[in-house]
Amino acid sequence: MSVNLPPFQALLEEHRTDVYRFLVATAGSAEADDAFQETWIAALRAYPKLRRAGNLRAWLFRIAQNKSIDAHRARGRRPVPVAGVPEGGTSDGVAEAGGEEELWERVRRLPQKQRTAVYCRSVLGMPYEELAALLESSEDAARRNVHEGLKRLREELTDD
Amino acid sequence: MIDIEQQLRDAAQDLPSDAPPVTERAAEEGLLDVAYSSVDSPLGPLVVAATPKGLVRVSYTEFRGEDDVLEDLARRVSPRVLEAPAKLDRVRRELDEYFDGGREDFDIPIDWSYLAGFTREVLRATAAIPFGDVSTYAGVAEAAGSPRAVRAAGNALGANPMPVIVPCHRVLRTGGALGGYTGGLERKEFLLRLEGRLL
Repeated sequence: MSVNLPPFQALLEEHRTDVYRFLVATAGSAEADDAFQETWIAALRAYPKLRRAGNLRAWLFRIAQNKSIDAHRARGRRPVPVAGVPEGGTSDGVAEAGGEEELWERVRRLPQKQRTAVYCRSVLGMPYEELAALLESSEDAARRNVHEGLKRLREELTDD
Repeated sequence: MIDIEQQLRDAAQDLPSDAPPVTERAAEEGLLDVAYSSVDSPLGPLVVAATPKGLVRVSYTEFRGEDDVLEDLARRVSPRVLEAPAKLDRVRRELDEYFDGGREDFDIPIDWSYLAGFTREVLRATAAIPFGDVSTYAGVAEAAGSPRAVRAAGNALGANPMPVIVPCHRVLRTGGALGGYTGGLERKEFLLRLEGRLL
């Protein structure tokens, strides 16, 4: 064995909330719980076979992205419930929470790579090098995905 | 111009964080290679860990930090290490009973497969020393099949990954001096006192 992988629990604790929120944002709260468990089970299954301990976050979010895509497809085949306020609401009140859910709905309608790129860059502050590893693309392509996704969101919000 | 990135960051703060648990599912799918939990004891907090086959680790947290122990388990056993207190309920119960004076022998299975060669033989011989009894470094070396390897037996005991359960505190120097103990001599004294070997 050549790599010293950290105990899986450390990975889970460090990224649990980020992964969950990524899945709620990109796949929807109705799909997030299943996608979350699927993500971690798939990660746990593959974990001992990893050959490098670097870039674990990119690796993990690539799995999460794939589960989000699966959930997205499943969701597309079902009648989509009217976008509502997520359970629990927020301290900012219902109106704003509704506005936020609307924002995530727009994110969910972006092409898949833009969806991931926008979230990971804007919310998680992921460096382009890491984002490129996640998307399995060049850094330039990662940059373009962020740019295009943000541009589209900005246009849509300006039009409203 | 709309600062869309700021809006996304703000909105993300309001996303739920109550993610569902994954450990139970991991165990169901046979992916929980090492389950661990912390356990309170009169000797301070312990980290205990088990594979599906049995116990692999008991460690005094004050002596060696939990992170350090988990990293060691990830290296030696499997990186699939997850906190799973329910998987260690039986160990916790037996330890509680032992420290309360209601148990002399541990019945939990031990997974010996991560110990090799002489170390394993020495620790198995040590596990056979009954409650209330003691042996010597020379005694366990002999019981392990190598009567002259007294120093090696001492090293094996010093590296005992399951103190208390594998009772290396019952091994003393020839002549009755306490010898050493991972976790500090005061813990060895405490355990020997608990077992009626010290006043």
